[in-house]
Amino acid sequence: MKIVIPVDNNSMDTTVCISFGRAPYFLIYETETEEKSFINNSAAASQGGAGIKAAQSIVDSGAEAIITPRCGENAAEVIKAAGIIMYRTINNSIQDNLQALKEGRLTLLDEIHAGFHQRGGNS
Amino acid sequence: MRIAVLSGKGGTGKTFISVNLAATAPASVYIDCDVEEPNGHLFYKPQNVVSERIAVKIPQVDSALCKGCRTCVNFCKFNALAYAVNKVIVFDEVCHSCGGCQLLCPQKAIAEKEKEIGRIERGLSGNVRVVTGMLNVGEASGVPVIKKLLHNSRLEKEDMIIDCPPGSACTVMESIKEADYCILVAEPTIFGVHNLNMVYELVKLFQKPFGVVLNKYLEEDNPAEVFCQKNQINILEKIPFDMELGTLNSNGQIAVRADSKYKSLFQDLWCTVRKEACDETASHT
Ligand code: SF4
Ligand code: SF4
Repeated sequence: MKIVIPVDNNSMDTTVCISFGRAPYFLIYETETEEKSFINNSAAASQGGAGIKAAQSIVDSGAEAIITPRCGENAAEVIKAAGIIMYRTINNSIQDNLQALKEGRLTLLDEIHAGFHQRGGNS
Repeated sequence: MRIAVLSGKGGTGKTFISVNLAATAPASVYIDCDVEEPNGHLFYKPQNVVSERIAVKIPQVDSALCKGCRTCVNFCKFNALAYAVNKVIVFDEVCHSCGGCQLLCPQKAIAEKEKEIGRIERGLSGNVRVVTGMLNVGEASGVPVIKKLLHNSRLEKEDMIIDCPPGSACTVMESIKEADYCILVAEPTIFGVHNLNMVYELVKLFQKPFGVVLNKYLEEDNPAEVFCQKNQINILEKIPFDMELGTLNSNGQIAVRADSKYKSLFQDLWCTVRKEACDETASHT
């Protein structure tokens, strides 16, 4: 299964990024082969709708699951529409979360936050 | 004459100044462009209010026609569109109604539907025609409402006071575009200077004649005043800090209508602004 985690840097000793849409990178992890790769989150720099754009690139990556600490309403809508499962992170360590996934200890991320809509564009 | 009142952030006294200035003029139109939080009407309590709904056009995709080329998704710079499992998803609140996606769709799969984003209320309060723009909660941009508010401003015969949104975002630019003169409202703090600088940069960019009103003025070091002196900015008026004003404000009263002291203060400001604005027009023609 291909899973995605928002991360702070493009190396395996980095941490889980607290933001989903604004995460600088996404780790793509293949559970069967333990293959790892990183994609640049081009949405991180966008003015508005970053969550939607980030979700789009995850859908396009062919991921089947996401492990993230949080997710905005709009991004969640795209991810759900694509049938991708959303898990909640247990802490900010990538290894801990991958281990927890393996052991089936992750819970689904069900509470979705309303997101920080761009008010006025400059605030 | 169109006068825009600006401040770098909320709570500086922008609405206080606009409301009282418009109430001082013999006959005027007060236009509240602070569409996310319009407060002027709370003071004016206008009569005979007429409401007009403002709608924008949102794309509607016909999945039967869509071939999934994603031209629309890639084009939308606001990221209002996504494509998942053979379907385009439209995020209404993020869409800026630019119409681009509809234009570019090679399949002609995109139509438009109307969506209400806010309204404009018009009423009367003594010598002031009160026009208020109101944006529905959760909408991405107040620009369409402001455009509509100022659409026919060139045709107005009376003087217009435009109460701008706080800050210097695109809604503010839209609000001052048509202004003949700008009043910047500043607070006497270091933060106040930062906020003042933001709107100062903006009026310079738009090449608008302007002056500053120092609000909540105390007879002590005033960083905003120092900033004005350093940049050779004209100070139009100093409004002293006054506890009584707080009471008037929280009771929703208009100071110039309740207190003769404020009446003469704002009459002075009105004369100064008129003179400034006229001199500017004269020197530009
Ligand atoms: S541009 Fe038209 S055909 Fe292409 S994905 Fe968008 S709606 Fe579908
Ligand atoms: S109308 Fe413009 S902003 Fe709205 S979805 Fe289409 S391209 Fe994006």
